[in-house]
Amino acid sequence: MVGILAKLLMQVRFLAGALALAFLITIAAPAAAQQPSSVNPTASAVQERQLLQELNRIQGRVSIPDRKSDVLEQPAGRDWRQWHQVTLRWIGAIAILGTLALLVVFYLARGQVKLERGFSGRKIVRFSAVERFVHWLTATCFLVLAVSGLNVTFGKALLLPLLGPSAFSTWSELAKYSHNFLSFPFTIGVILIFLMWIGSNIPNRTDVEWVKRGGGIIGKDHPPAGHFNAGQKMIYWIVVLGGGASAVTGYLLLFPFYGTEISGMQLAQIVHSVVAVLFIAAMLGHIYIGTIGMEGAFEAMGEGTVDVNWAKEHHPLWLEDELTRTKETQAQAAARPAE
Amino acid sequence: MARMKFLCDADRCIECNACVTACKNEHEVPWGMNRRRVVTINDGKPGERSVSMACMHCTDAPCAAVCPVDCFYTTADAVVLHSKDLCIGCGYCFYACPFGAPQYPKVGNFGSRGKMDKCTFCAGGPEADGSKEEYEKYGANRLAEGKLPLCAEMCSTKSLLAGDGDVIAQIYKERVSRRGYGSGAWGWQTAYREAIAT
Ligand code: HEM
Ligand code: SF4
Ligand code: SF4
Repeated sequence: MVGILAKLLMQVRFLAGALALAFLITIAAPAAAQQPSSVNPTASAVQERQLLQELNRIQGRVSIPDRKSDVLEQPAGRDWRQWHQVTLRWIGAIAILGTLALLVVFYLARGQVKLERGFSGRKIVRFSAVERFVHWLTATCFLVLAVSGLNVTFGKALLLPLLGPSAFSTWSELAKYSHNFLSFPFTIGVILIFLMWIGSNIPNRTDVEWVKRGGGIIGKDHPPAGHFNAGQKMIYWIVVLGGGASAVTGYLLLFPFYGTEISGMQLAQIVHSVVAVLFIAAMLGHIYIGTIGMEGAFEAMGEGTVDVNWAKEHHPLWLEDELTRTKETQAQAAARPAE
Repeated sequence: MARMKFLCDADRCIECNACVTACKNEHEVPWGMNRRRVVTINDGKPGERSVSMACMHCTDAPCAAVCPVDCFYTTADAVVLHSKDLCIGCGYCFYACPFGAPQYPKVGNFGSRGKMDKCTFCAGGPEADGSKEEYEKYGANRLAEGKLPLCAEMCSTKSLLAGDGDVIAQIYKERVSRRGYGSGAWGWQTAYREAIAT
């Protein structure tokens, strides 16, 4: 029984082998017939155009220990150039000059927001010394970062003709170093602002009302507000999110090719510069309202105190809170018998 | 005046790196920087090709356009050069360059990358031709001596051609028609906005 089975198996195997051989011969025959008289070594060669169509870049292997040099060709560099030299300049110019123009028109039309009841002469503390220090630390760094950054975007168009190549390079190198070094205190400032004021910057129902009434910017309306009104909360979030985004992308630019490659670097620059010019435009508005735009506002960050009438008109809910809190502490002090 | 160009015949390049070595030696290019490199595509697979690449001296060069201090200039031979005295090492030219040509003495450090360095088509820099200062900053100025770039001269298979664009295009065309194949002038479309019809 076992013998017969083994014989059968052998026969099957032989048959299968013969079949496979026949199959191989049939497929090999036409291939041999097609063999050209001369070899075409480029039949399977990589083609530049095809590689560029697939990925818009050509990457290979290099024998030098420089990872980023294995990109043979990245035509995207030309697109980035177009972005940097044309698109970004338009966005920047429109955002910054447009905001400035709007502010001038607004100032001429509306004038300064005056204190309706005038100054009372009585002051109330609005920002502590620590708060003011953090604000001005961040603000000075921001101004230097803005000027030195815009120098990269617009400097050679605006300043180079005035200064000449050698002086402009010296200035640009200085500007670049200040941009790089002041990024650190600026980032610390943004983090401190985030922590310090997050409590009074969560949007709430008062803000809806404030926005509905246009913040009292037009006319003589004074919608109620707490420590910060909706407009100031917006500035807060622009600083926190804009500062965060410019810091992350800025550090990517500052430590190039650590974890990013060429397209990542281009993207980091694109995000950094767009965020930066919009940030600058927003801060122009902030600077306007904090200085010539509103009577009695600057001293809040200047000396740290504001006039009680100013607080009554612009931040009545905050003033109430402050007054009840001082009353409570005074009451507590009075209730505690002297020993 | 000639319009200088490079052309690497990828069907001849054998990745021997003679061009790379010649360049490093001729200009005493420091450690960590390569003005020329050989990139191998599809390494170890059928259809593998190697291309020797350096600055292509582009028409309307992107590096020159984005440089925030405008330190580039183009010579009468259409060679793209720059001034190391003016460069602030911002690294922008590398982002714009389609061929990864600009090199920096300090890699990815905080602050400055140092003065950018790249292939000069063996044409030196803004200093007086053949002066010691020029050699120290930019390497040899062979063009001023009537010689063409050393990389192409040293190429073991004459894959790399350097010289007047029309002349090297003609040489390449003749090669292609004689041997019956050619994968094209790599980078020409991107650098010069033109390809070689073969
Ligand atoms: C917070 C940390 C920041 C870091 C680490 C940083 C870093 C950088 C770096 C490395 C560059 C590339 C140019 C160069 O190397 O000189 C740059 C460009 C620039 N930065 Fe910043 N930056 C920061 C914040 C800001 C802020 C807050 C602003 C806006 C006020 C700003 C505005 C700009 C502008 C306008 C450019 C030029 C964009 C261009 O034209 O390419 N940066 N930044
Ligand atoms: S190859 Fe790069 S460095 Fe050379 S000219 Fe073109 S963009 Fe500039
Ligand atoms: S690294 Fe130098 S040459 Fe390159 S863009 Fe910056 S300043 Fe110009």
